[in-house]
Amino acid sequence: MAAGITYQPIQTQTLTLTASSVTFNSIPQGYTDLVVISNIKPSSSASGYGPSFQINGDTGSNYSYTLIYGNGSSAGSIRASSINYARYGSGGSTSTLEADVTHIMNYSNTTTYKTIFARFSQPSADTGAFVNLWRNTAAITLLTFYGNDGGSIAAGSTFSLYGIASA
Amino acid sequence: MSPILGIYASQISGHLGIPIISSSDYYSIATQTVGSGGASSITFSSIPSTYTHLQLRMMVRETSTSNGYSMQFNGDTGNNYARHYLYGTGSSAAAAAAVTSTSSMILADAAISTSTTGVFGASVCDVLDYTNVNKNKVIKTLGGYDNNGNGAIFFNSGLWMNTSSVTSIVINPDAGSFAQYSSFALYGIK
Repeated sequence: MAAGITYQPIQTQTLTLTASSVTFNSIPQGYTDLVVISNIKPSSSASGYGPSFQINGDTGSNYSYTLIYGNGSSAGSIRASSINYARYGSGGSTSTLEADVTHIMNYSNTTTYKTIFARFSQPSADTGAFVNLWRNTAAITLLTFYGNDGGSIAAGSTFSLYGIASA
Repeated sequence: MSPILGIYASQISGHLGIPIISSSDYYSIATQTVGSGGASSITFSSIPSTYTHLQLRMMVRETSTSNGYSMQFNGDTGNNYARHYLYGTGSSAAAAAAVTSTSSMILADAAISTSTTGVFGASVCDVLDYTNVNKNKVIKTLGGYDNNGNGAIFFNSGLWMNTSSVTSIVINPDAGSFAQYSSFALYGIK
């Protein structure tokens, strides 16, 4: 079996001020999977939904997800279908940073729809994971991350993008 | 969803295209992508023993209407495995187990023959301390699929009650075959 070094850092963004979104654009196509490690807090509480992201600027209803979570007293699962965003975080606190890891599988292939995991941990609120679907076969070249309800993300939040190339 | 507004340069500090940490500890070992005829199972053999942990990153669709797929080590098909899993169906969360004497470790559910064309499940599975001959081997997996109206997500753990070093891995669908374009990538972590 041939082996090669991989899991390369592509870009890190650290917010020094509140930002309306965080974007990774012109994502290199030379990897198999992408991983985004984020340490974030939204700048406002959620009235509808938690931290979200969109792919390639697609604002259409081409996303869906299945969520499992535990909040300290109960566990549950929720589904959202034909919505215009995917999910990556809890958003359950605007004062405590949460830790999120998002796995974007086979992002550059043009044959399959894209399946994306996001594992979140918000120590003040809940923990869990999403499996997201983006119903599009296009290669992913642009990722845009938001806070709660598609809103802004607070200063001090960080996003790191990594690429994993398979043999 | 608010429009995509981007952010001002003054609001970010960062790095683009320049490695900022060492990436010399994560290696791609082998990848198998299923061809047009499907695959009844996937095998990684002669796995190098030079790493500390293994990670499998999988994109999976099955040709049958059974969602599950599972793993065995070193060709052991006996009842030498155990597993626990926590899962969400989109409406409820539940847990289950096969505490002793089962013949494989379940990884997750995948997309199936009736799923929308183009939909694949996925999973990331860690095989910990796979060369340590003083320990039984444990795995953990995050996996599942979403099919815009149905799907499931899993947190799984698995145990192989054997202290041998893991030198081969077999991944089997519950029924049928793995469909074309399913992919299985094996990595080693120092």
